Amino acid sequence: MSRTLYDKLVDAHKVCDLPDGDMLIYVDFHIMNEYTSPQAFSGLDTKGLDVWRPEAHLAVVDHVNATRSNEPHDAASKLLIDNLESNCTRHDIAFYGLGDQRQGIEHVVVPEQGLVTPGMLIACGDSHTTTYGAYGALGFGIGTSEVEHVLATQTLRYKRMKTMRVLIEGDTAPGVTAKDIIMKVVQVVGAGGANGFAVEFAGSATQNLDMAGRMTVCNMAVELGARAALIAADEITETALQGHSHSGRFTYNGESWHSDLEAVFDKEVTIAGGDIEPLITWGTSPDQSVPITAQVPVASDYVTPKAKAALARSLNYMGLTEGQSAQSIEIDTAFIGSCTNSRIEDLREAAKILTGRHVAAGVEAIVVPGSAMTRLKAEAEGLREIFEAAGFEWRPEAGCSMCLAMNDDIAMDGERVASSTNRNFEGRQGRGARTHLMSPAMVAAAAIAGHLADVRDFK
Amino acid sequence: MNDWQGKDGQMTKTIKGISAPLPLANVDTDVIMPKRFLITITREGLADGTFADLRFDNEGARRPDFILNKAPWTQANILVVGDNFGCGSSREHAVWGMRQLGIDACIGTSFAGIFYDNARKNGLALPIVSHQTRDLLLRFADDDNGAEIEIDLINRTITAGDIDAPFEMDPATQTALIRGRDDTLDSLEHAGAIREYEAGLKSKMRVSVIK
Ligand code: SF4
Repeated sequence: MSRTLYDKLVDAHKVCDLPDGDMLIYVDFHIMNEYTSPQAFSGLDTKGLDVWRPEAHLAVVDHVNATRSNEPHDAASKLLIDNLESNCTRHDIAFYGLGDQRQGIEHVVVPEQGLVTPGMLIACGDSHTTTYGAYGALGFGIGTSEVEHVLATQTLRYKRMKTMRVLIEGDTAPGVTAKDIIMKVVQVVGAGGANGFAVEFAGSATQNLDMAGRMTVCNMAVELGARAALIAADEITETALQGHSHSGRFTYNGESWHSDLEAVFDKEVTIAGGDIEPLITWGTSPDQSVPITAQVPVASDYVTPKAKAALARSLNYMGLTEGQSAQSIEIDTAFIGSCTNSRIEDLREAAKILTGRHVAAGVEAIVVPGSAMTRLKAEAEGLREIFEAAGFEWRPEAGCSMCLAMNDDIAMDGERVASSTNRNFEGRQGRGARTHLMSPAMVAAAAIAGHLADVRDFK
Repeated sequence: MNDWQGKDGQMTKTIKGISAPLPLANVDTDVIMPKRFLITITREGLADGTFADLRFDNEGARRPDFILNKAPWTQANILVVGDNFGCGSSREHAVWGMRQLGIDACIGTSFAGIFYDNARKNGLALPIVSHQTRDLLLRFADDDNGAEIEIDLINRTITAGDIDAPFEMDPATQTALIRGRDDTLDSLEHAGAIREYEAGLKSKMRVSVIK
């Protein structure tokens, strides 16, 4: 029988059915960070349980650490970091802490270390674990109680989801990146439009993406509510896996990690690649985006009073007026970083725009490479000089930083940020902070112009 | 599967109480539990952080116009919420905080997946209803006479005044909420099946992380 990639992955990891309708699925690999794992370890202690298979876990410090130095910036963050290290030591789990050359944002570190291969099932106490779908692996985020469950049993209780295929067909125009593709999908499907679905991205525009682009797409799939995102493994995947010590074979249990030709999806969405333009978000939900050449919506664009009120609320928080042109939005800060867009490929794209140019007066521009290895690579390629010559601050340590502002990189009340991150929620980058999501190249363009700008004007 | 006679005698069959309307769509976990409350290694002390920026102003004073700060909704233990509630990050702190604030259930049309699973682990019921029922319940909850809603977990129905509506909930979540047992300990009863699965794993897929 024809099966989707998602169903093949679930079938391959099923341990047994449970009487209440759930199943137990096997977790090949589990990643932890310092802020969603402490209570999982204390849960084990309370119940007197051991870690089932210590070598199948990795802990990385990334959310609370400072990026100006490898010292914790305050006592509270130090407590979280030290707590994770001691839990890992106690349970014999690999720990990539501050100062370790392998440290960085978990979803940047894992592929970089060759820890993901097609056919794997990967869980992590972080919603952007969907990133690993780029490799034809099933990755999904879990809560702390489930972290405890994986530690104790190497499995999770699981319910099969519905499947959705998003086909992005045809070439995209120059200047359109993987970030614009996924922002377009979020706009079309809507925030929460894929709740309860595992989404597979397919079509020529998807297949043409490199691994970094595929990771950007799968990463932000959670913004449409997808609990899992997948892209079929192909030659590009195989090439990317060469040379990694952990890389597995291309097949697993004799399976090919793609959907069968006749596989049926519960839902299909098609988007023409040629219809996608560089996008920016104007509101406080990732689906509130417009092309950079367009205007912020007006009330008459909406039908119901509820929708009109929601628009008013978003615009009020964002300090924007109805119908304002996207390019008239002036920024205070430019931020390049996060698990969506802080890989070497992202830094190269931004550097292309910055070469021979300078950040506008009054704009604070920061770049935080996604991992220590990414930073070293970028420095070896001369990217640091380009960023610094353009007036960007090059942070020496890796982490989530201003993506969620759990460290000391916090945007102030009312501060407007052009950001290569994934969420523009109220307060995400700081209480009252205003976030505009866009590709890293578009962040670079905005930094230079001092306002949101069209990357295609920067030849 | 309707075998409610589990080993633990204590079962939650109904949830009853005053409901508060929170009609905003896409309420994310940053709004439910702002990140400044996440710098902690315990589950406790999160009640104050719950909806903090909606409940309190910058000086820490209660915002008088926020629903949970007004009588009778200060007593509410049920929320009627907008679409896609609980989207965003995986932080279970959002659910811990809501429980510590005394919330037993949120009735909505759709919830983000991780939030839904976190809720089940902590006895927070998330009945899913149609848009029409949700809008009726929003109006009912908005009525300030403090009338109660009753959620029948066994029959999957909600009663509120004249409203009598079914809700959706997958059987595993329903069982977990009613029985309130510990998933980790329950799953360990299948240790034999897990070992058997592991024995069949190809060596390449047995990840062994380098320390
Ligand atoms: S970079 Fe942002 S989205 Fe990614 S793991 Fe860190 S906080 Fe989460």
